[in-house]
Amino acid sequence: MNKSLVAVSAASVLVLAGLIACAPPEKDNTGGETSSGVKVSEATSAADFGGMDALVEAAKKEGELNVIALPPDWANYGAIIKAFSDKYGIKVNSAQPDAASQDEINAASQQKGKSTAPDVFDLGQSVALANTSMFAPYKVATWDKIAAAYKDPNGAWVNDYGGYMSIGFDSAKVPPVTSVNDLLKPEYNGKVALNGDPTQAGAAFSGVLMVALSQGGSADDIAPGVEFFRKLKAAGNFLPVDPTPATIESGQTPVVIDWNYLNAGETKKLPSWQVVVPPDNAVAGYYYQAINKDAPHPAAARLWQEFLYSDEGQNLFAAGGVRPVRADTMMADGTLDKTVADKLPIIDGPVTVPSPDQTEKATKYLADNWAKAIG
Amino acid sequence: MRKLREGLPLLPFLAVVVIFLIIPTVTVIVSSVYANGVFSFARIQALFSDTALAALGKSVLLSGSTAVIGAVLGAVLAWLIVSSPPTSMVRRAVISLCSVLAQFGGVALAFAFLATVGLNGVLTLWVQQVFGFNLAGSGWLYSLTGLILVYTYFQIPLMVIVFVPALEGLRDQWREAAVSLGASTWRYWREVAVPLLTPAFLGSTLLLFANAFAAYATAAALVSQGSPIVPLLIRSALTSEVVLGQSGFAYALALEMIVVVAVVMAAYSALVRRTARWLR
Repeated sequence: MNKSLVAVSAASVLVLAGLIACAPPEKDNTGGETSSGVKVSEATSAADFGGMDALVEAAKKEGELNVIALPPDWANYGAIIKAFSDKYGIKVNSAQPDAASQDEINAASQQKGKSTAPDVFDLGQSVALANTSMFAPYKVATWDKIAAAYKDPNGAWVNDYGGYMSIGFDSAKVPPVTSVNDLLKPEYNGKVALNGDPTQAGAAFSGVLMVALSQGGSADDIAPGVEFFRKLKAAGNFLPVDPTPATIESGQTPVVIDWNYLNAGETKKLPSWQVVVPPDNAVAGYYYQAINKDAPHPAAARLWQEFLYSDEGQNLFAAGGVRPVRADTMMADGTLDKTVADKLPIIDGPVTVPSPDQTEKATKYLADNWAKAIG
Repeated sequence: MRKLREGLPLLPFLAVVVIFLIIPTVTVIVSSVYANGVFSFARIQALFSDTALAALGKSVLLSGSTAVIGAVLGAVLAWLIVSSPPTSMVRRAVISLCSVLAQFGGVALAFAFLATVGLNGVLTLWVQQVFGFNLAGSGWLYSLTGLILVYTYFQIPLMVIVFVPALEGLRDQWREAAVSLGASTWRYWREVAVPLLTPAFLGSTLLLFANAFAAYATAAALVSQGSPIVPLLIRSALTSEVVLGQSGFAYALALEMIVVVAVVMAAYSALVRRTARWLR
């Protein structure tokens, strides 16, 4: 009996060893130095390379860039990747385009030291702020033109683009939505959907926050938002369906609370789809761009940052319907494309961006109360 | 040595059991109390939070109600099947159909219901057009009510499959003996058949309970808000991009499920042992 146990253990060890042996070989190329003697993986600006041309040279030598969780139809990433690749002749490997923020961090930990690990991250707020120790600080050439609220003082992360929480609706199916309170009207019975569960998805979390603001709440007090959804559910208006482009086009989800750039994307496919950003309770959310400190292609990763924050990169973001982080200054100095600038929503009232502390407090409240409110 | 040789063909099976059952179970137990070098019962304590208790309550309600509905309807159907002759086409067709439907869970089943009685379902639209009545209401299909309906769909056939052998085990001689001793049909059922079948019936009900309790894909495809049942709460704890660092809580929830299913299966095997005495 004991012998068979040993045999079993030996067999399972063999199986596991086989699995491990399948993984690609480790490869360490983070040890290179720039012409000025700084390790490439520790360079904090183009100057450390000896100027932009030297950075481009170093990145071309690496020849590849690994990106992860960048859907081609999200914030125009498809066009951005193509433009970057064409401009510098660097092959961009786009892994798991539909992955979530946490998957990016998991991939970086699991593939640490391998040539397939992601070089750069594009993360939601809570995931980004919980993992700053995995980022390599870097300041792009346009660093000074980015407002202080949108960047880490040391350059560990910089917001790249963002948007406002919005209500999208199919004007062919429902009367126009003008404010959050409209959604309680009987005309919207069984029609209002939220993009995800707010205890799981960042977009839904911001949606509840937007509703909270309209009900007298604040970034410190999300409770009125949960109460509103409880009423919405009691009135039979809340639709517990996860909206997707398919549900929107088929008319299953005629009203969707989601980021304005995602809602705006639907208009292309469904012309009667309209988007409103409630003017008095605008909630903005920005994504976080960072370099993996164990990036297998450290120079290409840094060049990618330079490209994203250049006028060209920011304009490409804007063309995707998102608000690039340098939008305000670029509008002022006229470097933002006129045609895309006109499409960005203009908010006169105050814009709320919850701080990490406020987000943490609000998510705790949601974790305890959301299921009860809509259950 | 002889024992070892006899055991050899079982080795691959044992390896599979170790890799896919024992290692995961031990991992779940250890990780629910021990993480990053710290031993703590905090995550077990979190099982008694309102959210976790509500999810457990709804999971038990869902599994319990679908087990009872499935067991009663399935037993009736099984009895109807058994009373037709073994060579009957209908009987063979129904049994084959049940074997297929018992495994017809998951995304495919969820989609079938969405396409039929969902908000834009074929039946919903037709009823709306003809009777002006909204069958889908405000999305009941996406809540606990909907889950009960959908789960029942695979519970009934499973009951048929596990209960038909018990009914077939009722020997004609027993009925003949009872009748020749002067028992009416009703008395035969009350004093012979039902007492004989009760352990099998209760055992099958428990099996149905465990089947529904552990089902995940069907619920995941239907429900996207509020994680009402434990398997969905585990998903939420593992994949949330808003509330981070909850994987320990997911392990604790998994442990809770293992405990519930272990209790149910222990009761099940006790009942099966009792039935086996009669059905040899």
